[in-house]
Amino acid sequence: MMRNLPALIIIFPLVSALLSVFLSKISLYLGRNLVITSIFISLALSIVQLREVIINGPISYKFGNYAVPYGIEFKIDTINAIMLVMICIIGLLTGLFSTNFEENSKDRIKIGGSHALIALLCVGMLGMTSTGDVFNLYVFLEVTSLSGYVLIALGGSKGVVSAFRYLLIGTVAATFYLLGVAMLYSVTGTLNMQDMHDILSSRANDDTMLIAMCMFIAAFGIKMALFPFHGWQPSAYTHAQTGARPLIAGVMGKIPAYAMFRYLYCVYGTEFKYFRYFLIVIGALSVMGMIYGSVRAMAQTDIRKMLAYSSVAQISYITLGFAIGTPIAIAGSFLHMFGHAFMKGGLFFASGSIRYKYGIVDMNDFGYIYKKMPLTSALLSISALSMIGIPPTVGFFSKWYLALGAAGEREYIYIAILVISSLLNAIYFFKMIEKIFMAKDRDLKPIGRDSVMELPWTMMIPIVISILMILGLGLFNVKIINILLMSLGGIGI
Amino acid sequence: MTSLETFLAAKGIYFLTFLLLFLGLYGMITCGNYMKKLICMNIMQVAVIFIFLCLAQKDGGTIPVLFSNLRNAEDYINPLPHALMLTAIVVSMGTTGVGLALLTRIKEKYGSIEEDEIIERENK
Repeated sequence: MMRNLPALIIIFPLVSALLSVFLSKISLYLGRNLVITSIFISLALSIVQLREVIINGPISYKFGNYAVPYGIEFKIDTINAIMLVMICIIGLLTGLFSTNFEENSKDRIKIGGSHALIALLCVGMLGMTSTGDVFNLYVFLEVTSLSGYVLIALGGSKGVVSAFRYLLIGTVAATFYLLGVAMLYSVTGTLNMQDMHDILSSRANDDTMLIAMCMFIAAFGIKMALFPFHGWQPSAYTHAQTGARPLIAGVMGKIPAYAMFRYLYCVYGTEFKYFRYFLIVIGALSVMGMIYGSVRAMAQTDIRKMLAYSSVAQISYITLGFAIGTPIAIAGSFLHMFGHAFMKGGLFFASGSIRYKYGIVDMNDFGYIYKKMPLTSALLSISALSMIGIPPTVGFFSKWYLALGAAGEREYIYIAILVISSLLNAIYFFKMIEKIFMAKDRDLKPIGRDSVMELPWTMMIPIVISILMILGLGLFNVKIINILLMSLGGIGI
Repeated sequence: MTSLETFLAAKGIYFLTFLLLFLGLYGMITCGNYMKKLICMNIMQVAVIFIFLCLAQKDGGTIPVLFSNLRNAEDYINPLPHALMLTAIVVSMGTTGVGLALLTRIKEKYGSIEEDEIIERENK
């Protein structure tokens, strides 16, 4: 049991996803409950695994016991062990949250199917995070994307069109990734990341590596919606199924960023001849994305669209840390990754709850919402403060570590852009806070069923946990940074 | 053989596959019809499959099934790219299936699969 942890974490949601639709035919909510239980088991196992990795060092799991460069390897160090926990938490919360959006529907396939897709999305992301094999990563990338397309398409007639556009551009990304893998495979003859790194560093073929890296940046850039590749993202996030939106917006964009980190630092490594130039390119893209995303977000009144554009800016913080390239900056970007998953997830949980209760998405109608939904407004305000970077929320500390890393490398322009972008964040998030607390009361009529509490308990749990995580990650940031640095030191940055 | 001919014999196939790849990309950018975009996407995916299969080929190799009189690795072509592309073909079929399903939904909801008309109706 303990020896097979890395595989079990993925197998539970996978099996439940396959059974979910079938079980829904037998009993209406059986498949859905199975999915939620299986993600919960994965969460428990991933916490056990994280503890294991912290105490005993990295785990290497060989599928079918084939020796390492020949078989598929799962490699777990402290970085992806924490990421697995993050994916499982948001996956579980999203699974609970989205149960509320199908209560009126008695369509068995729809109830079982949408939860099966959430489980499959988790499987894809968990697999992408744990794998140490470049082709295996492609397969999990496609699992993630395909379930993502369908979850976006479930969001109504506009969702279908944005899902189709995302499908076209996402397939271009996957094809570019495959092309990059073909180039690296032709010069190394291996698919294992560690083995590939050893071969590339001993007999470097710089030109092939250069072109392959361009392919990888384009591929992962499209998948994570980095600035010039972000075209599909705002409409996809806006029109995705309301229940699944926290998982899509909160986590789906970060896993390609993690994969890009793996390629930059673990497969290529700092000894790559053009490494410095790639860092400059990624840094330039991040800087442009931070400004562009914030400026576009300022112009929106639909809260979903505002949050989608703000994601373009926020993903750039993460890549900025990779571009600075010191351990402390990279640890800062990973802290931002975890923090942002809960901030953006939390903002979408809150906006989804408001939509569930009153059916509104326009921020101009948010007047006096703090009296009607106090906890939801608390989450909106705390996430907004964290996005801007006010201590003691996690947003402040991740930006602090990024700035610390940039100062160490004497990249003062990055610090300037970091501050400007945070101020721009402040403009549009204070606009939202102002609407919550100051705008005129709109006499909103609840459209859902009346309940004793503000919301059903399946919506309260995600909201409370998001608040706790945003504050908790901020207060215990030193612990998390130390855990991350344990593995970052071993990579050789 | 002239030097150009040897070069083309060794590398010409890569030019053809890259031509196919960019043909697919060009079509995806320029076509206004979603069905045509989907077809071009498929062409692009096939091009990458060809590139992988080209990597597996070599002179004097036979299919990777054990023959009793051929005992050396250099007598066989590399089977791994074929195995990888089997997976990629399945994935590309899945993507096409999802794409076609989405297209039928778009046709149902908008009554058209031309990009201009869909954008017009979205903004209404």
